[in-house]
Amino acid sequence: MKANIVDARGRACPEPVLLTKKALELFKEGVDVVVDNVTARENIKRFAKNLGYNVDVKEENGDILLIIRKE
Amino acid sequence: MGDKKTIIINGLIVGFLSALLVKFGNPINMGICIACFIRDTVGGLGLHRAELVQYVRPEIIGIVLGAFLMSYGKKEFQTRGGSSPLIRFVLGFIVMIGALMFLGCPLRMVLRLAGGDLNALFGIVGFAFGIFVGIQFLNKGFTLKRTYNLNKVEGFIFPIINVFLLVLLISGSSLLIFSQKGPGSQHAPILLALLVGLVVGAFAQRTRLCMVGGIRDLILFKDWYLLSGFIAIFIAALIGNIAFGVFNLGFVKQPVAHTDGLWNFMGMALAGFGSVLLGGCPMRQLILAGEGNIDSVIAVLGMAAGAAFAHNFKLASSPQGPTVNGKIAVIVGFIIVALIGYFNIERNLSFKVKGDVKVEG
Repeated sequence: MKANIVDARGRACPEPVLLTKKALELFKEGVDVVVDNVTARENIKRFAKNLGYNVDVKEENGDILLIIRKE
Repeated sequence: MGDKKTIIINGLIVGFLSALLVKFGNPINMGICIACFIRDTVGGLGLHRAELVQYVRPEIIGIVLGAFLMSYGKKEFQTRGGSSPLIRFVLGFIVMIGALMFLGCPLRMVLRLAGGDLNALFGIVGFAFGIFVGIQFLNKGFTLKRTYNLNKVEGFIFPIINVFLLVLLISGSSLLIFSQKGPGSQHAPILLALLVGLVVGAFAQRTRLCMVGGIRDLILFKDWYLLSGFIAIFIAALIGNIAFGVFNLGFVKQPVAHTDGLWNFMGMALAGFGSVLLGGCPMRQLILAGEGNIDSVIAVLGMAAGAAFAHNFKLASSPQGPTVNGKIAVIVGFIIVALIGYFNIERNLSFKVKGDVKVEG
């Protein structure tokens, strides 16, 4: 599946969540979000799960990739 | 973490410990107040001349060090900064002006209500209003731009400054000023206050407890997570205050408070507005400062400067009510925060699409 990427690295709370929200409004099937801090990871996970999405988390080199998909 | 139960327990602990600090000597309804205690600390260092509010508060030191130790232990300590530093300084400054108009940070606002001080209701309504206004800017794309990784050593400086302050305080150094009367002279024993700060800082680092975030997330995302911590603080402090016999329901003769509803509203509206643009309430800024977030250190320094000026320029309210200077400062503060909001809106939001097609948001 073609996925859309939101680069929210370096953004302070709540911007990563807002960017994810806007992206999900455009791409309802799901998006990938890259963040670089734990707070953003937790906030986005909580936000996406509240909307009924599945969230997969992959971490490498300090970057955190959140793969958000419709159930 | 990310778990509602944990943040509720966190809130209950903060609420109870706040009541306990009052029992052991802190001013009533001021078990913990980030704005008041930064102001007291600045006074203790001689940076303002308000003789009633000069004392280096160990709670602040404890919160910073608690957050530092916890984030370090959990490998979440990250030195980063460079996200609009001077704007953050100005926002911190203005948040403090708003808080000292009301006489308390968002945390103390909840504690005041839990002590029966109904003036805090005007503060809460104003606070929510300020946050609502700030959210309009967030939705339009307000951003203070990204932050960058910095040399790790820089992140240690703020905790080290706090250790230094603690040494001065414990040794009763003659460099510091200690209020002989007034709120600054009322304090729990140093060790107890420090311990409470450490526990609160460590816990809040885990749960991201934040007063501004609570209302913001509820309005923006219908998310009750952070606000549940807020409510837990209220409940625990209420029970504690009743148990310790300091609960006193009403508007008049409330400790370190005034009864001007309009300016209680305005003060907290300004604090809420500024804090939303900063990304968190004064307590959250303090926690982040301990975690190596230099942007938050700058915001805290802004608050400290704001506190000094608030007393030097007679902007801070007293139990007799707000001052004319203070009212002018709050209005000017609104204008400045609105301008900061307006000029930091990022209009072209773009998402990368795999395959390199750009989509304008």
